Amino acid sequence: MKRKKRIATVSLAGCFGCHMSLLDMDEHILELMELAEFDRSPLTDFKTFSRRCDIGVIEGGCCNEENVHTLQEFRKHCDVLVAVGQCAIMGGLPVMRNAIMHSEDPLRECLEEAYSSSAKVYNPNNQIPNDAALPLLLDKVYTCAEVVKIDYQIPGCPPTGEVLWATLAALIKGEPAPQEYHMIKYD
Amino acid sequence: MNIDKPKTRIVEIEPVTRVEGHGKVTIHLDDDNNVAEARLHIVEFRGFERFIRGRLLWEAPVIVQRLCGICPVSHHIAAAKAMDVIVGADVLPPTAEKMRRLMHYGQVMQSNVLHFFHLSSPDLLFGFDAPRGKRNIFNVIKEFPDLAKQGVLMRKYGQEVILHTAGKKIHGTGAIPGGINKNLSLQERDLLLQDIEQMKVWAKGAVDVAKRYTLEHLSQVEQFANFNSSHLSLVREDGALDLYHGGLRATDAAGNIIFDHVNYQDFNDYIMEEVRPWSYMKFPFIKSRGALDGWYRVGPLSRLNNVAFIDTPMANAEHKEFRALTHNKPNHMSLAYHWARMIEVLHCVEKIHELLLDPDLQGADLRVTGERREEGVGVIEAPRGSLFHHYKVDKNDQITYCNLIVSTTHNNNGMNRAVTDVAKKYLSGKKRITEGMLNHVEVAVRAYDPCLSCATHALGQMPLTVELFDADGTLVHSNSQHMGQGIPPD
Ligand code: SF4
Repeated sequence: MKRKKRIATVSLAGCFGCHMSLLDMDEHILELMELAEFDRSPLTDFKTFSRRCDIGVIEGGCCNEENVHTLQEFRKHCDVLVAVGQCAIMGGLPVMRNAIMHSEDPLRECLEEAYSSSAKVYNPNNQIPNDAALPLLLDKVYTCAEVVKIDYQIPGCPPTGEVLWATLAALIKGEPAPQEYHMIKYD
Repeated sequence: MNIDKPKTRIVEIEPVTRVEGHGKVTIHLDDDNNVAEARLHIVEFRGFERFIRGRLLWEAPVIVQRLCGICPVSHHIAAAKAMDVIVGADVLPPTAEKMRRLMHYGQVMQSNVLHFFHLSSPDLLFGFDAPRGKRNIFNVIKEFPDLAKQGVLMRKYGQEVILHTAGKKIHGTGAIPGGINKNLSLQERDLLLQDIEQMKVWAKGAVDVAKRYTLEHLSQVEQFANFNSSHLSLVREDGALDLYHGGLRATDAAGNIIFDHVNYQDFNDYIMEEVRPWSYMKFPFIKSRGALDGWYRVGPLSRLNNVAFIDTPMANAEHKEFRALTHNKPNHMSLAYHWARMIEVLHCVEKIHELLLDPDLQGADLRVTGERREEGVGVIEAPRGSLFHHYKVDKNDQITYCNLIVSTTHNNNGMNRAVTDVAKKYLSGKKRITEGMLNHVEVAVRAYDPCLSCATHALGQMPLTVELFDADGTLVHSNSQHMGQGIPPD
């Protein structure tokens, strides 16, 4: 029997919608299980790579140092990297923080808006979360391709379950990901 | 490291898996390896409340759902409800409200099913300390193919309901300020009616699975993160469960009313949020009780504790049985969330059926506006609990202020208690901490179905991590980074 292909997935600075869309392939999941197995993924309890993987699926861009580190790990351990969705490709919603108008320091403004003491927020020391357990936020949100080499980009917010199924099915067979006209939608 | 500090070790679980989004748990041990404290950290931050400023009011329902791909409809509708207030749409046309309700019931159904079958069922079916490689939906498909298939198809059904009400399964556009942008065609209605009886049978079956699990493991369920707390939810005027609209009710641990039928436009008079330096997620509390004692829980368990009855017959019968277990006193068991969640799925299926037979869904009156206001609050009972959206908008339609309190944030304190409780019970005094023990901690987090994506809206993201630190504050073990070395593979 041919070895099953190994797939790893991760959600970086994304909303998990791309992972949900992966599950929207519904019954195809059963077919997929015949051809492939999941390694590191939020859908399994493999928190690190247990082995080298054939396909890495990335949702979301990078908004903190941990995202960068994870993305580099994926590049190192996967043969083919597929960035799925607007967040991974162009930054998506999180990237809106890069573009706050008339602001010298958008990140600081975001943090102050969320945590500064006010009538609604109880924060007697006026402290912004800064514990060592929290990864450092990046100055800006970065797309995946700004951090590592990406082999395929599948647009959509999210790409539909059918498109993701077609993509994985092709890559599993060793064919290039299909990029047909009707599959390329930016919403 | 720090010599003045009392000696503690910290264990990390990172990322917490089989939850939606990204989080991490740290467990602090003292010299004798006893657990002093455990914390669930939300490690990402997005800054939504700041960067939404300047965007136009009609954009809010479309943009804000991108915080969360698991419950996008909840954010979509909560934002639309807030904008209804601002555009003066005090009473929506029946078609609009019912289309939104249909969408919402589809959403709660799919999200609850996803959580139970795809994410949590491996713990319940294989055991909390089953081999790591086994604990996932793919193995459920292998070993319990019929059950898994029902889960997959029930979620699909919920997603189809969303597709036909919002135009897309994830991040659709149905709700607009003052109403809705489409009705349901007869063709779509008939399509959805085809499978509804099957869904009822399966939903009832899912309740039975969850109920049986609870009753058969009752001694464990009663021991596992079972602690007193207050509970918050919307309730309908007559005390019934209503996931779409109602007044706020808070009850204390004994079930006594703290406040009731509060108009949520005034929620700021009742609830405040505390900031703690170790999490991007804030800690809300009931103002009258103060930051220390005012914490509460939300979600399926809280709702079923708070409501007097359910207005659909099958779910109501299940609700009675659920309440009987604790003699109609509040049920505080974290693991009972699963059972409550499945009762709500059954309720949603019954509601969807009721709505599909309602000719109002084919109406053409889709939107109203009235006298313009500057400020509005939208609240909805999302799958994971009460979801608050608060906006201010200027006369150019630009948003000038936004604050969101998402369901998972309301449960922040509850989840931290749950994590600490379970860590103390299963990890205290143990020389060697196994991966299976750590999974117990994750099981406690999972019971709350936390949506760490939502919780990140302030600016981040959060896979769940558990870290173990030693008395010097040195990282001894991390579930993510050191899993391969610290803990032998299964
Ligand atoms: S692309 Fe869209 S669906 Fe995917 S993670 Fe980003 S916001 Fe969510």
